[in-house]
Amino acid sequence: MNADDIKQLEYAIAEISEIASGFGLDYYPMRYEICPADIIYTFGAYGMPTRFSHWSFGKTFHKMKMQYDFGLSKIYELVINSDPCYAFLLEGNSLIQNKLIVAHVLAHCDFFKNNVRFSKTNRNMVESMSATAERIRQYEIEFGQMEVERFIDAVLAIQEHIDPLITKPYRGSKAHDRRREEAEERAEREPRERRFGYEDLWDLDKEEDSKRKESSAESGSGRRKFPPEPEKDLMLFIEEHAPYLTDWQRDIMTMLRDEMLYFWPQLETKIMNEGWASYWHQRILRELDLTEEETIEYAKLNSSVVVPSRHSLNPYYLGLKIFEDIEKRWDSPSREERERYGRRGGEGRQKIFEVREFDSDLSFIRNYLTKQLCEELDLYVFEKKGQEWKITDKGWENIRDQLVYSRVNGGFPYIVVENGNFADNGELYLKHMYEGIELDLKYVERTMPYIYQLWGRPVHLESVVETKPVLFSYDGKKHHRKFL
Amino acid sequence: MTEPSFTVSREDWSLHRKGYQDQTRHQEKVRDAIKQNLPDLVTDESIILSDGKQIVKVPIRSLDEYRFRYNYNKSKHVGQGDGDSQVGDVLGVDPTPQSGAGKGEGAGDQPGDDYYEAEVQMEELQSMLFEELELPNLQQKEKQNVTTKEIVFNDIRKKGIMSNIDKKRTILENLRRNAREGQPGIHGISPDDLRFKTWEEIVTPQSNALVMALMDTSGSMGSFEKYIARSFFFWMTRFLRTKYENVEIVFIAHHTEAREVTEEEFFTKGESGGTICSSAYQLAVELIDKRYSPSRYNIYPFHFSDGDNLTSDNERCVKLIGELMKRSNMFGYGEVNQYNRSSTLMSAYRNIHDPKFVHYIIREKGEVYKALKTFFPKQAEGRIAR
Repeated sequence: MNADDIKQLEYAIAEISEIASGFGLDYYPMRYEICPADIIYTFGAYGMPTRFSHWSFGKTFHKMKMQYDFGLSKIYELVINSDPCYAFLLEGNSLIQNKLIVAHVLAHCDFFKNNVRFSKTNRNMVESMSATAERIRQYEIEFGQMEVERFIDAVLAIQEHIDPLITKPYRGSKAHDRRREEAEERAEREPRERRFGYEDLWDLDKEEDSKRKESSAESGSGRRKFPPEPEKDLMLFIEEHAPYLTDWQRDIMTMLRDEMLYFWPQLETKIMNEGWASYWHQRILRELDLTEEETIEYAKLNSSVVVPSRHSLNPYYLGLKIFEDIEKRWDSPSREERERYGRRGGEGRQKIFEVREFDSDLSFIRNYLTKQLCEELDLYVFEKKGQEWKITDKGWENIRDQLVYSRVNGGFPYIVVENGNFADNGELYLKHMYEGIELDLKYVERTMPYIYQLWGRPVHLESVVETKPVLFSYDGKKHHRKFL
Repeated sequence: MTEPSFTVSREDWSLHRKGYQDQTRHQEKVRDAIKQNLPDLVTDESIILSDGKQIVKVPIRSLDEYRFRYNYNKSKHVGQGDGDSQVGDVLGVDPTPQSGAGKGEGAGDQPGDDYYEAEVQMEELQSMLFEELELPNLQQKEKQNVTTKEIVFNDIRKKGIMSNIDKKRTILENLRRNAREGQPGIHGISPDDLRFKTWEEIVTPQSNALVMALMDTSGSMGSFEKYIARSFFFWMTRFLRTKYENVEIVFIAHHTEAREVTEEEFFTKGESGGTICSSAYQLAVELIDKRYSPSRYNIYPFHFSDGDNLTSDNERCVKLIGELMKRSNMFGYGEVNQYNRSSTLMSAYRNIHDPKFVHYIIREKGEVYKALKTFFPKQAEGRIAR
């Protein structure tokens, strides 16, 4: 891209931004950066320009890059939810491709800025994540790369199990607070007493004694529940209560939990966010003066973005269709809608802005996927019957409910900590809140050792297999499975 | 409406290697995983039967990113049709055969689900395996008239022909000289800066090896025993090929009498009847004397059997093995003995104490790898140190 091309692009961006603002899109200041393919794919694999190192990112990067090299898929852009908002454009995009992408990106940014799910995300995450990366690198230097990697392997296995609603750390265990207070007291005392620097060794006995007393006190009042309420935030619970983790390990858990909290709203609004961006790139591009060739190229790219797919749902397409349908139904409501819901008509635009502010995929689908839309899009429910994948249902309510189920908790199984002192033995008892979909048992067996590694004591998971409740256990050596 | 602020920039990303670095780490882990799986891979059918395929797929189970997830096969999904989809339409068929469908298999795990499959070059796999092996009892054979010449560019000189100029080193020299003279940069390349790549001719004498594959094909040798023997010969031949220019293989099948057969016959034809092992040894000795002079060939006879032999024949066997060992670099005896019986042959061979005689009893597939390591031990840990 030479200086001339950049000039042209800048001119186009100015025009598009003006149109977008005219439509009422409200976005952060933008930073567009043109990057070569391997950089875009690196960012795509990590989800961020700078993130900590882990082989799993390398694996994803390799897979994505290979698909690009073979011409199977292409990422045209990447937007970061930040203020200012970073947008990375693929080097080699044509001007018209970039026009579409810029319009698309502006709508994403508007969504990030205004959707309520994003209201608590850290808009300086680019800097935070790069600080995290640096900190983890330091830990690698200090404690060994293998050691840190082995720990991160375990943390990543449970990283989705956070509670995005609670951003303040959970305080449940009094004993924990007491320990913390004592530690703080000690820390205050120490500087005065320190003469040789090794005095704290004499305190170890006392500390052990008091710990032992505490733990016996805890088991004595074993009827008191711990945690008092089932705790969804497995990451936080382990970070705070696992007995054997070291400071650097707890630090890594805190940082990775923050990263997941940052990504979580994006998992929850995939369909809406992509639909919103597709809706707006179409509307904005219609306002531009395009040449004949540009129009054709635009149409090609646009259709490749919103093309329906057969075995999975294209979120771009589904989201776009729902937004258009909402607009239509609020612009020119039927007589029934006018009478029953008091819709006046002509409120379509206003309504979709309201939806983009207050909904997530879950409520978006539940509230706005209509019978008519299901039929128009020819949606169906399919499942595996014997060897075959078959269409088993075309009832619109079932389709809608199935879609909603698949979006619950970002599509991850909902797991809570039932008991952090199971069998009065410090064992961890987890419960899968079963709602009709079974867990992948092979993966359960492989994940349990990771949780054991973090918790340091035997781990149990209650779930349901073939409608019967089952308890999976792992004690550090062996797996057990029994029906309850 | 105020003009929204934006910037367009294009930085130099050429030093950003993060993706590649973590990719390298991932590949390292894949390599490690393969190494750990070598005993299983050595007898993996897809590899043994992959004749000539350059890339093999190796399932690696430890490199999935495990987490709690739903069982995809047991849940419902939403899809989209072209406008005419009907209930009952088949969208696709799962190619993995369902083992024991209808029998209510356990608690519903699917074997052979999706695990990470790494593509590995056959060559890489070989080099990993052969890293652990070494040839024992190497002997200098009669110098051959036949030699091979190889040209290797392995030297840098100040003089040479222009077509072989080494540009990078020349520029480096220039930079170095200019810096010394206090005017850094690339300019004024003088003849003194020029560097040339130069080659050497490497002459290597041609070396020959002969593998004599002896196998019991009597009724008692089943498909398992043959498969083990086949896997072993597959790797052994490949291993010897990395050490010798030419490797020839002779296949000798025997029951009560022995004959030379083709490779295909060797591995597929089963015969019945009793077993007289000495017949095979006799034939091997004859073949060596007739066709393969030990002065020109490194000879490796290997005998695979299930250990059943006519008891009265054992003494003769021991004597003939002595004859064979005089002519060979080593003699290997592999007994495939799934059920750990005590065999007649082994009881006779226990008394052979010659460093050239190596034996191994294979009880299960995974042990082929151990057998290879026993027959071709690394010198450091080898027991054939002189």
